[in-house]
Amino acid sequence: MPTTDELRQRIEAAIPGARADVTDLTGGGDHFRAAVSAPEFADLSRIEQHRRVYAVFGSEIGGAIHALSLETRAE
Amino acid sequence: MSETTDNPIREAIAEAIRDHEVILFMKGTPERPACGFSARTVAALDAVGKPFAAVDILPDPRIRQELSGLSNWPTIPQLFVKGELVGGCDIVSEMYETGELFQVMGVEPPAEAPDHAPKAAEPGAPPLQIQNDLVDRS
Repeated sequence: MPTTDELRQRIEAAIPGARADVTDLTGGGDHFRAAVSAPEFADLSRIEQHRRVYAVFGSEIGGAIHALSLETRAE
Repeated sequence: MSETTDNPIREAIAEAIRDHEVILFMKGTPERPACGFSARTVAALDAVGKPFAAVDILPDPRIRQELSGLSNWPTIPQLFVKGELVGGCDIVSEMYETGELFQVMGVEPPAEAPDHAPKAAEPGAPPLQIQNDLVDRS
């Protein structure tokens, strides 16, 4: 079962300069919320920003990670 | 390898997106959403007040699989306007709060922008129902 710290580390490792704040929405280890900022988001639409974060987890989204709510911004 | 010519579900989804100006793929129905994220998205759309088509992805797991393959978006709900993916619950909620959702849907926004997404659906015209339509075509 993924932890908030594991999710944060994976996002920050995959996206250069990213800072992520991950919370477990239900305490059940499968519904998460992530606020992510990254320099490269400045050149991306909101859809593309979210796709970039979802891509870090691939098929785990909808699987082990039942839900990942996102809030992204360029920084 | 998949062949697009031999994929009736994906073709039916693409056709539904083409044929409906505003279409929401969700879990459950607008009247009975089966997931909090779908419920929140329906509430934002109801607050905008423009009728929308809705497809319940739950009856057949292949709908979700093919939809996500088509849209390159892993989660449900997914809102399409004029054939383009607008986003999921987070983006739709954010766009409702900023007033962008009104703009995208071609509706005059209220004089004062709402502070936050509505919690429950407001009364309005019943959404166009086409759920299970995609299953029947398979």
